[in-house]
Amino acid sequence: MQFSESWLRSLCNPSLSSEELCHLLTMAGLEVEERRPASADFSNVVVAEVLSVEKHPDADKLKLCAVDVGESSPLQIVCGAPNVSVGMKVPCARVGAKLPGIDIKRAKVRGIESFGMLCSARELGLSDDHGGLLPLAADAPVGEDIRRHLDLDDQLITLKLTPNRADCLSLLGIARELSALTGAPLLAPEIQPVAAGVADTRQVVLDAPASCSRYCGRIIRGVNAGAPTPEWMKRRIERSGIRSISFLVDVTNYVMLELGQPLHAFDDAELSGAIHVRLPKAGEKLLLLNEQTVTPSADTALIADDEKPLAMAGVMGGEHSGITDSTRDLFLESAFFPPAAIAGKARAFGFSSDASHRYERGVDFELQRLAIERATQLILDTCGGKPGPVMETVAADHLPQRRPVQLRSARAAKVLGIALPEARIEAMLRGLGLQVEKTSEGFSVTPPSFRFDIEIEEDLIEEIARIHGYDNIPSQPPVARMAMMPATESSRSPMSLRRLVAERDYHEVVTFSFVEAAWEADFAGNAAPIVLANPIASQIGVMRSSLIGGLVGTLVANRKRQMERVRVFELGRCFYRDAAAGPVSGFCQPLRLAGLAAGPALPEQWGAPTTRADFYDIKADVEALFAPRQPEFIKAEHPALHPGRCASISLDGRSVGVIGELHPRWVQKYELGNAPVIFELELVDFLTASLPRYAEVSRYPAVTRDLALVLPQSQALAPLLAALRGASPNIVRDIALFDLYQGKGLRENEKSLAFRIVMQDTQRTLEDAEVEAVIAGLLAIAARDFGASLRA
Amino acid sequence: MNKLDELVASATSEFFAATEPAKLEDAKARYLGKDGMLTAMLKGLGKLPAEERKSAGAEINSAKERVESALATRRDALRNAQLATQLATEALDVTLPGRGRSRGSLHPVIISLDRIEQLFRSIGFDVADGPEIETDWHNFTALNTPENHPARSMHDTFYLQGEDGKVQDDVLLRTHTSPVQIRSMLAHTERYKHQASMPELRVICPGRVYRVDSDATHSPMFHQVEGLWVGEHVSFADLKGVVADFLRRFFESEDLKVRFRPSFFPFTEPSAEIDVAFMSGALEGRWLEIAGCGMVHPNVLRFGGFDPEKYTGFAFGMGPDRLTMLRYGINDLRLFFEGDLRFLKQFN
Repeated sequence: MQFSESWLRSLCNPSLSSEELCHLLTMAGLEVEERRPASADFSNVVVAEVLSVEKHPDADKLKLCAVDVGESSPLQIVCGAPNVSVGMKVPCARVGAKLPGIDIKRAKVRGIESFGMLCSARELGLSDDHGGLLPLAADAPVGEDIRRHLDLDDQLITLKLTPNRADCLSLLGIARELSALTGAPLLAPEIQPVAAGVADTRQVVLDAPASCSRYCGRIIRGVNAGAPTPEWMKRRIERSGIRSISFLVDVTNYVMLELGQPLHAFDDAELSGAIHVRLPKAGEKLLLLNEQTVTPSADTALIADDEKPLAMAGVMGGEHSGITDSTRDLFLESAFFPPAAIAGKARAFGFSSDASHRYERGVDFELQRLAIERATQLILDTCGGKPGPVMETVAADHLPQRRPVQLRSARAAKVLGIALPEARIEAMLRGLGLQVEKTSEGFSVTPPSFRFDIEIEEDLIEEIARIHGYDNIPSQPPVARMAMMPATESSRSPMSLRRLVAERDYHEVVTFSFVEAAWEADFAGNAAPIVLANPIASQIGVMRSSLIGGLVGTLVANRKRQMERVRVFELGRCFYRDAAAGPVSGFCQPLRLAGLAAGPALPEQWGAPTTRADFYDIKADVEALFAPRQPEFIKAEHPALHPGRCASISLDGRSVGVIGELHPRWVQKYELGNAPVIFELELVDFLTASLPRYAEVSRYPAVTRDLALVLPQSQALAPLLAALRGASPNIVRDIALFDLYQGKGLRENEKSLAFRIVMQDTQRTLEDAEVEAVIAGLLAIAARDFGASLRA
Repeated sequence: MNKLDELVASATSEFFAATEPAKLEDAKARYLGKDGMLTAMLKGLGKLPAEERKSAGAEINSAKERVESALATRRDALRNAQLATQLATEALDVTLPGRGRSRGSLHPVIISLDRIEQLFRSIGFDVADGPEIETDWHNFTALNTPENHPARSMHDTFYLQGEDGKVQDDVLLRTHTSPVQIRSMLAHTERYKHQASMPELRVICPGRVYRVDSDATHSPMFHQVEGLWVGEHVSFADLKGVVADFLRRFFESEDLKVRFRPSFFPFTEPSAEIDVAFMSGALEGRWLEIAGCGMVHPNVLRFGGFDPEKYTGFAFGMGPDRLTMLRYGINDLRLFFEGDLRFLKQFN
């Protein structure tokens, strides 16, 4: 809502500076978004009357003017404007004036002295109009400063109103608020009923009373539709951001801005029979003023006559029934459409109008007759005509109700944390125009017809707080009963996991939860992802079911920025349909943690070889995340990953994630050069951790033996190790792989695995014979079950 | 100078001439070895008359002690010289960088979320989490948002396509973290439903939220933190106290100005916008909108299972993305979601 400060001050004029006034409004919940001067800065420009115009002796296009600026003798000024004529009133910049971009000096123009400049609107920075001098009103007082004459020191104020404050979508509403805040009197315009000059009326039928519960209509015959809009009115509506179109249109906008009541003027000659407010017939079409043809939904009320639809009620008029320059008789509409009937109707067709904006938030339902009288008077004042009587049709059952709301002083104190004296509460409520009656516990308060946001006690409490000033409510540290928060050692927070991953040289990213459909297909094998009905862009149109796409996308983007070594991770939700899932039925939304490492295992440095991070480097990272628990890595396949370099990660027999090298197909498709290693883990399984359990530390010496086995190339370590551990007696403390060898001394399809076996007893020193027996036993198991032999 | 003195002098000078341990040991053998001169003289004592033997012995022993002392001194000197050489050759360029792995980083917004969590935990807030595909009921209805509210339109809210290809209007991508309020309240009131009086509910809900909006200052996905405190004696003054305290702690700025001004949200009444102004830096003195808050609307309390007559509460919602931008001087919201390592590496 934009408006002119001087218009507002004509209705309520507290002794505050512009800045103070704006601050006050902001702190009362009417946020001032912008305040700017109505005109550029200039000085020494006055109203002048052109006394004579003669041709310049030495220039065809220039004229020699004598100009009265209110001094004893006229000024001689050379002027090139095409519209300069004797008797016209124009702005005159006197010698010494500073205009936007130009200083006016005494000058010789083609040999003739000129004592100033007659100005166009553009030269004063008022508009882009440079077609000629800015003509002023015939009664403009000669010599008056133009800034004063045109009220150019005015400020344009823009409010960012919250949707509950529809009552402030008018100057009167803002003035009422200002009056309540400051105590300055409200100077509402005096509106007198205009007596009928003709008896003509149109019958109004409210066929859809839920959509329109009050309708005032009036015919005005014989208007002069071509009459110009008075300057003061034009200025006010233009300073409210509404273009001046023609007087009759301007009047409806003026009254809407002034009082908050949208009006519509029909060309009465285009109407036939009665006016109906009704719901549309099936498939009924209407061409609107904005040249859009709409087919209103079944619950959209129309204004119609006996034959045809005329307007979308409360939203916009129709193209064929509006007033034109040749309109002689008009039919003025001032109606109340309840918010629920208008809400969303304009938006459904992709536009908004000043009328719908107000109706869907709530227009004062007792304002219609007053507004039509106001408009009538303004019309008669400027373009004549004879009004008929106001026909008011009311569906009383459908008018909004204003029920008293009970306000308990104790409750207000409880909610606000500050007890205000009852007299103060009462004064504040009355100041806002609410009807207040004292009750035993506080007040019974009836909101006025212009407030749509006061239904419960809390709404009144907010009003009190607002007028008292939020700043004046103390800011206090709360008092509460303390209870310790749980701090479980056996569960870890996502944040602690993030830190672990970051410690292992990964950078955290946050990527969009909606991704390209191709990523879902490539990296999750998901041909039917969850599709957004209204994506921001088609390439981010589906919900991710895996974090891998976002990480590969991050790699691609960073490769374009010449980053060779990219190590990133993300912790976030993935989404897929699952009929059995909750808490939102049908959607599984697990939290996952995924990482990607590409390029050298270590940052390039002087003392370490540059080797690419491979599967085992990243596996170590994953193992560190699970520590002290040890998950199983089981050879597996995954759509994103190299089938020979991929493992599913299993904890307590449940698959909790996957690790592997990106499939060469995707390395090629996404032009990555070499394959990153990726892991993706279900977070929930991470968040529990086992508590450590003490095992006795032995005071007797440990014995260490190495066992190097030759095995078939294809033999995986894990089952062998599990078998060896399973077969070990208690004295075996640890069996660890310390070497893997292939090559010279072994056959092509063989490899050697070397284990270090640590034995120890807590009660005694071990004897050589039992140590040798253990090693022999382990070798026998390896030979029998895995075809192993002792490496020579 | 007698003979013994000469012998001590020559031994001392020979020891001194030895520049390496082996030569020193050779020299030592010449004097103190089995066949060394001093050894021979001691052996020769027996041939002397008894009355001379005692004084001669004492003299020889004194000479021997002096030779041994010279030897020890020289040994130390040689050992020290050797160690000095070793230390010199072993000297490192201590200015070379350390070796090994570097450290990664947390996302700057996550760093903020972590700080927010810590600050609120310190006054007894729990942290709650909720689904991002949310029901229309939790996201709007239970938060007192009318059926026709513009926020519900497809211009503002992301909806999903059902498996039949049509818009599924009962679920959406949550537009704020406020539905977690509802879930937390319902869980709390369910848990304590058989008790006469419930403990207070204090919870913050950080997470990702989604709106149909994309330009330099809006991202279709961003973060929010919701806070909720419900109890029998929770007031607007408490809300002001907690939020202002938080903002000063978060920005580590005691002189941060905080103001509350009336606003409107369907789920709070009274409602307020919170502005802050820094007293120094590039944004000095400018009021910056930073969060929305208010007293939980009685309808919302009721949807959450609380009796609004007995319980009151406050809620606030703020944008950690914006808080992070202000804290670190980041000027473009989009940087948070582009995964540019040159940006991310600045936060380790």
